[in-house]
Amino acid sequence: MPVEIDIGHVARLARLDLSDDELEGYKNQLGLILEHAARVQSLDAEPQVENAHPLGLFNIFRDDVVLPSLDRDEVMASAPETADGYFVVPPVMEGE
Amino acid sequence: MSWEPVIGIEAHVELLTDSKMFCGCAVGFGAEPNTDVCPTCLGLPGALPVPNKAAIESIMAIGLALNCEVSERSVFHRKNYFYADLPKNYQISQFDNPVCTGGYLDIEVEGVTHRVGIERAHMEEDTGKSTHVGAGGRIHAAESTLLDFNRSGVPLVEIVSRPEIRGAEESRAYAQELRSLIVELGVSDARLEEGSMRFDANVSIREQGSSELGTKVEVKNMNSFRSLERAVEHEIARQIELADSGGTVVQETRHWDEEAGVTHSMRTKEGSSDYRYFVEPDLVPMVLDRQWVQRIREGLPELPAQRRERYRGDGLGEALAGVLTAVDPALRHVYEVAVAEGAEPKAAANWVTGEVIGWSRRHEVEPSELQLDGAALAELVGMVGEGKISSSAAKEVLDGVLSGEGSPARVAASRDLIQISDRASLGDLVAKMLESNPKAVEGYRGGDEKVVGFLVGQVMRATQGKADPRVVDELLREQLLA
Amino acid sequence: MPGVAEAGRRLRDGDTTAVRLLEGALERAARYEAQVHAFLTIDREWALETAGRADADLADGIDRGPLHGIPIALKDNMCTRGIETTAASQILAGYRPPYDATVVARLGEGGAVVVGKTNLDEFAMGSSTENSAYGPTYNPWDTTRVAGGSSGGSAAAVAIGSAVAALGSDTGGSIRQPASLCGVVGMKPTYGTVSRYGLIAFASSLDQIGPLTRTVEDSALTLEAIWGHDPLDGTSFSGRYPDPKSGLNRGVAGLRVGVVKELAGDGYEPAVESAIGEMVSRLESAGVEIVEVSLPSFEIALSAYYLIAPAECSANLARFDGIRYGHRGQGATTEALMARSRAEGFGPEVTRRILLGTYALSAGYYDAFYGQAQRVRAAIQEDFARAYQQVDVLVSPTSPTVAFEAGARTADPLAMYLSDICTIPSNLAGHPAMSLPVGLDDQGLPVGFQVMAPPLGEEVMYQVAAEVERLAGFDLSPGLQEVAS
Ligand SMILES: [Mg+2]
Ligand SMILES: [Zn+2]
Repeated sequence: MPVEIDIGHVARLARLDLSDDELEGYKNQLGLILEHAARVQSLDAEPQVENAHPLGLFNIFRDDVVLPSLDRDEVMASAPETADGYFVVPPVMEGE
Repeated sequence: MSWEPVIGIEAHVELLTDSKMFCGCAVGFGAEPNTDVCPTCLGLPGALPVPNKAAIESIMAIGLALNCEVSERSVFHRKNYFYADLPKNYQISQFDNPVCTGGYLDIEVEGVTHRVGIERAHMEEDTGKSTHVGAGGRIHAAESTLLDFNRSGVPLVEIVSRPEIRGAEESRAYAQELRSLIVELGVSDARLEEGSMRFDANVSIREQGSSELGTKVEVKNMNSFRSLERAVEHEIARQIELADSGGTVVQETRHWDEEAGVTHSMRTKEGSSDYRYFVEPDLVPMVLDRQWVQRIREGLPELPAQRRERYRGDGLGEALAGVLTAVDPALRHVYEVAVAEGAEPKAAANWVTGEVIGWSRRHEVEPSELQLDGAALAELVGMVGEGKISSSAAKEVLDGVLSGEGSPARVAASRDLIQISDRASLGDLVAKMLESNPKAVEGYRGGDEKVVGFLVGQVMRATQGKADPRVVDELLREQLLA
Repeated sequence: MPGVAEAGRRLRDGDTTAVRLLEGALERAARYEAQVHAFLTIDREWALETAGRADADLADGIDRGPLHGIPIALKDNMCTRGIETTAASQILAGYRPPYDATVVARLGEGGAVVVGKTNLDEFAMGSSTENSAYGPTYNPWDTTRVAGGSSGGSAAAVAIGSAVAALGSDTGGSIRQPASLCGVVGMKPTYGTVSRYGLIAFASSLDQIGPLTRTVEDSALTLEAIWGHDPLDGTSFSGRYPDPKSGLNRGVAGLRVGVVKELAGDGYEPAVESAIGEMVSRLESAGVEIVEVSLPSFEIALSAYYLIAPAECSANLARFDGIRYGHRGQGATTEALMARSRAEGFGPEVTRRILLGTYALSAGYYDAFYGQAQRVRAAIQEDFARAYQQVDVLVSPTSPTVAFEAGARTADPLAMYLSDICTIPSNLAGHPAMSLPVGLDDQGLPVGFQVMAPPLGEEVMYQVAAEVERLAGFDLSPGLQEVAS
């Protein structure tokens, strides 16, 4: 089945700033891959996986105990821009 | 044409656990920026979440208190959207099987009780905090944004009401009732001004009597009960005006501007709200077995509705029971003990909700700091009942007790407020009074009733008001007729 | 170069030291890296320091176990505190994590010596290690060919002997397929038995860390050092673990081995099929009952995988936004900055999979793609369960082909994806599986034999693998003479 893809919308959802040429290229490749992937539809509806874990594990929790946090300087060392203990970014666009 | 407002409220409550939802970082407010952080709540490569059991038990308690069904099986989902203060750029939340579904909360507006349906309550994690520095407070005017992730990953419970709220006043009542219930459960400090409890309102209007829902507008950024009420009021008016002038309401999110008292639209990019929910593959399902739910149910404290009922049972009227239910827990405790010590409930409740609160306000003393215990209140109520002190003297006694002068009996004595009611000593006094007022006696025997009042007055004056007027009256009549 | 067990014996007999073992590994790396490029980072000081400590401990009578003093290579998607960890991506160039992955901590407790961080396809997305932002890894048996992927660097390092053992991660075959192409032993444990904490996630429900080694015994020894319950991983198994070593010398008489009908035929190289067929008949003569089994859902496993893995990766890789770490692009708003950072930082295959997964989860397509893929996953688990009622283990080729020419499949994603057709079902089911070499084709390239087992079936899996190893008598000596120069 041919798959329709609004590649611009998908790239926006994925926060990828791609050129029109790049978008066109990816759109074509996605089309081919999705045609192959669409074979999953040949399976007539089986029960949905209740629990993907092969050992069927459930109820894995932590007790409410405080553990040491990271050293801020070590964290900030890998940050592109910081100011007195904060990470810094340009203005967040309104409504974003 | 006449319109009916339809409102649904989404509340977010930050839980007061020691550690965060999915990591061991402290839930510490007001810490230095980015000090309560670890690989998990900073979204570092390779970090994994593990859910906090105490948070799960808190949301179960909230659900049960809201008369919800606690799901046998519940799972976490990823809610995908990019935002600077969301470290993983997805929020771990719940989509199609939340922990709690289908409850209700009763609210009271002007003495009338409304039942507001609860759609669901689900578990999620909070985001970090953005501070927009630069021109003005307006987000879009910021020159740059500072990010602090201390709040990132704090356990958050989202409580969604059904669209069954009819107006601004009911919205406020719902929010206040919900908050007092959360505080009662002790799972959150629920401070609106600090954002540990937050409300968004979905507002729409429809023709009076119509049953379908109109286009809803989500109103955000209200940080007090008053601003919630104002925002909803304003939004209803805006929509009605729009509709009456032939316009149509568009589905959007609007920001409440406290100063200007208006909501303004937040343009959201089309498609930007496709959250692509899917089951969180880093977590396994939760199975909330019935014994566990029962254990949580048994651990619930007495809730406001139940307490109001119990006070009615004490014989307090509707109104008094309502007032007492809402007063500071310390004052309710004084009442509870006094009644246990044998005080007449209605009298005890009247003292607590009247004189005692008044005194603590006048002297600006926290109710929990008051030097009045239930036993003392019981003693005071008893003394009035037995006529040991007059009700006006009792107010002075209370002032003495609250001022730390000791027990009611002690204060009554030291402030010399005990009524004289023993018949022997008052009898002599009355006899003297009759001797020295022969004319009055004449008049009485001549059928003039008024003189009794006059004579009682004389005795009271002679005792500086400490005589028990009822006893004096009796004795006078006896001797006059003798 | 000795294996883990052999090197351990020599260490304890005093015939060698951890420092000498390390120097041997570093010396081989120095000789072959130019042609093979197995490593992204080699931190000599760090390695020599740990090796020195390992020797000192042994001298003081402190023996930390089978990996004590053993030079081990780590795939560069496992976080090492203070040591550059890039996942072979531009977006993490120069990134030094502030914490260690659980497996790294366990290696440390076990006295192992980390030689360096090995090359991979960017974020483990690929089957040839050609998608590395830092250049491909080549196959030690023929350096015009690929090493396989995504753990190509770890496989090549073990084949060369620039590490005695290595750790890789396997999401759709990323340990087993390169092991197969490089002629080493590669093993993916039962999902939930090796902690993923500190493994830079590709697809959380499929990723598992596992060992790449020279021998089956080494594989079991390395596995035992890294697996076990971890409270930092919310999918970690806390029950009783199998004992992989116990079956190693037990033989296979009386076991039932299933040959998977669907993993043969079209697209499988004759040399591969004959090598597998020969080993199957040898097993039969060794006393195994051979049963042909059919698992129909395997036909659409690849399709399901290429929806589920990209969907999870689209969320897992959302955190790389240029704000807290990693590459930052220019942008007037945070939104623009994020979109630029990501477009600049991710390579084409990663970008392709993020777009694919985002699409598969988006409104209107979810049910037809992601939802349906999850149903296929359930069907695969059911097919496996049915098969394991008849047999103890399943066998197949690890890959339809031997190592292919570098560049041959880079232009055709689908052709590349097909390299994992035999390995993907075990990831979708979360079952253990391993690959070991059974011979060379006529061009002298290794052929890998895959053994699959039910959840926590590691014991019987190693039992069979050990027998296959004995029967194959494979000699791990890649054309090193050619490589050396
Ligand atoms: Mg929410
Ligand atoms: Zn944390």
